[in-house]
Amino acid sequence: MSDDAPLGDMLAKRGVSRRAFLKYAAYTASIMALPATSTNVIAQALATAKRQSVIWLSFQECTGCTESLTRSFSPTLEDLIFDFISLDYHHTLQAVSGDAAENARHAAMVENKGKYIVVVDGSVPIKDDGVYSTIAGMTNLDMLNETVKDAFAVVSVGTCAAFGGIPHAKPNPTGAVAISEIIKDKPLINISGCPPIPEAITGTLSYILSFGKIPELDHLGRPKAFFGETIHDRCYRRPFYERGMFAKSFDDEGARNGWCLYELGCKGPVAYNACATLKWNGGTSFPIQSGHGCLGCSEPDFWDMGGFYKPLSTSLDGLGKTAAIAAAAGAVIGTGSALLARRHQENYLKDLADKDEEI
Amino acid sequence: MELLEFARGPAMNVAMTVFIFGVVWRLVALLALPYRGIKSRPREGVTPEREIFSGFRGVVRRMWPYPAFVKAALFSTLNGYVFHIGLAIIVFGFGPHILFFKNLFGISWANLPNNLVYAVGVLTLGSLVAALVHRLVDPPKRLISTFNDYFSWFVTFAPVVTGLLASAHLGARYETLLAVHILSIALFLIWFPFGKLMHSFLFAFSRGVTGIRMKHRGAQI
Repeated sequence: MSDDAPLGDMLAKRGVSRRAFLKYAAYTASIMALPATSTNVIAQALATAKRQSVIWLSFQECTGCTESLTRSFSPTLEDLIFDFISLDYHHTLQAVSGDAAENARHAAMVENKGKYIVVVDGSVPIKDDGVYSTIAGMTNLDMLNETVKDAFAVVSVGTCAAFGGIPHAKPNPTGAVAISEIIKDKPLINISGCPPIPEAITGTLSYILSFGKIPELDHLGRPKAFFGETIHDRCYRRPFYERGMFAKSFDDEGARNGWCLYELGCKGPVAYNACATLKWNGGTSFPIQSGHGCLGCSEPDFWDMGGFYKPLSTSLDGLGKTAAIAAAAGAVIGTGSALLARRHQENYLKDLADKDEEI
Repeated sequence: MELLEFARGPAMNVAMTVFIFGVVWRLVALLALPYRGIKSRPREGVTPEREIFSGFRGVVRRMWPYPAFVKAALFSTLNGYVFHIGLAIIVFGFGPHILFFKNLFGISWANLPNNLVYAVGVLTLGSLVAALVHRLVDPPKRLISTFNDYFSWFVTFAPVVTGLLASAHLGARYETLLAVHILSIALFLIWFPFGKLMHSFLFAFSRGVTGIRMKHRGAQI
C-alpha cells in the first residue's frame, strides 16, 4: 500500500483492529488530559490522515531517547506510532547509510516541504563553528538549519535537545546549546527527560497528527499534559513527606518502608514530569518507586543543580573558610569599635575632670 | 543561572557571611566596652554575688510582666510568646530546615510532621499580623515605633508567608516560591545583626544588667 493511503486503511491492512485503534485514541486522549469526546476526534483524524513524514536528527546525545521510544513494553503503543509516521531519516533505526541516508533526508524534505516534522535529540555544539560534532561532513548546526528550513514544526526530544542537557553541563567544552537557542522561527515543542517518557513523545506526535497544531505548552515549551505537575505532587511517597518521615540512607528502615527520599536529595519537588503517573517499562515503576530520588532530569541544568544527593533546602556551597573569615573580621571590627568607644569615653571623662578643676 | 540556583548559592552564602560578620561585630563591640561599674554605694547587705544572682534572676523574671502591668501587657506578652514559639517550631522542627542546619553545622535532630509545622506556620502568621495591627492601633507603641521595628517585622513575616506559599504551591511554580522563600531568609539574615532582631542575642544582657542595677539599689526584680 502506498504511503498516500489514509492511515485507517493502512492499519486495517496490517491487522490493527478497529477496537485497538479506538483504544489507542482513548489512551492518547487520556494521557494528554483531553476530554473523553476527543477520543472520536483523534480516531477520525488519525484514520483519515496521511502518514506524517518525520525526520529524526541525532546530535550530541547518547541514543537513550531513541532507546526509550523503541524499548517500550506491551501494549506496544510506540510500535503503533511507527505505523502512523513515516520515519524518513533516523541514524539508529535506518538501514541505509552514507549518501543513501542523506539522500533520503533530502528527498523527504522536498516531497513534504512545509509539512514534515523534525524531531531532534541531542544538543548542538556551536563553539569553534560547531566542529565538535559532524554528520556526513556537515556540522550539526548546518544540518539542523538546513533540515528545519522547510519543516512544519520541531520537536526537541530529551533534555539535551530541549535544554542542552549533559553536553551543556559545566564547563560545556563544546559550547552545546538547546535547539530553541538556534531555531526561533518554527513552532517548537520540548519533550524533556533523560530520557523522556515514551508516551510523552508518542502522545505529543499523535496530538499534532490529530489536531494539526501543537498542544498547550508550559513556559519552557513542554506539553502541559505531561509536564504540568511535579513528580512530588504525584508521588506515592508524598504522604510520608507530609508526615515528616524521611529515609536517612538508601538501606535504612525508612527506605525499606517507602518513606520520602527528600533527605537523600530527591528533586521531585522541582521536577516537572509524568514519571509518577505514567511510569516506565509499561507502567511498572519509576526511579522513586525503585528506591532512588528523582534527579530532576527533565529540568534545565539538572546536572549542575548542586549534586544529586544534596537536599533541596540546603545551600549549594558550604561556608567553611568564609564563615571563619567573616567571624574573624567581625571580631576585629568589633574590637576596633570597642577601642574607639573606650578612647571616646576616656576623653569625655578627662574633659569633665578638667572642667571640674577649672570651676 | 536559575533563580533557585542563585538563592541556594551566592545569595545564601552572602547572607550567612554578613550574618556571622555582623553578629560577631556587634557582640564583640558590646562586650569589649569598659565596664565602669556603678558609682553609687550599694544598699546595705547587697554583695556583688547577690547582684550577679539578681542579674540571672532578671533574665528569667522579665519573661512575664509585673502583676501591676499584666492586664495592660497581656496581649503583647501572650502574642509575643505565640509567634516566638511558633517561629522556633518552624525553624527548628521542620525537616527541610533541619537539613539546612545539618548541611552547615553537621548536626541534626528529629523533625516534626510537616502538617503540624504548616499548622503552626498559619498560627504564627496570624500572630505576626496581630502584632503589627496592635503596634499600629496602640498610640504609645505607634509613637515609639520606627522603620527598624516595621522592617524587622517585615523580614520576619516574609519567610513565614513565602514558606507557607511554597508548601501549599500557591501563587507560582514551586521552584520560584522556594527561591523567593530562601531569598527572604537571606534578607532576614542580612538585616538581623543591624536591626532589632539582634534582641535574640542581646535580650539576656539587657535583662541581666537591669537585674544587677536594680539589686544594687536594693530593689528585687
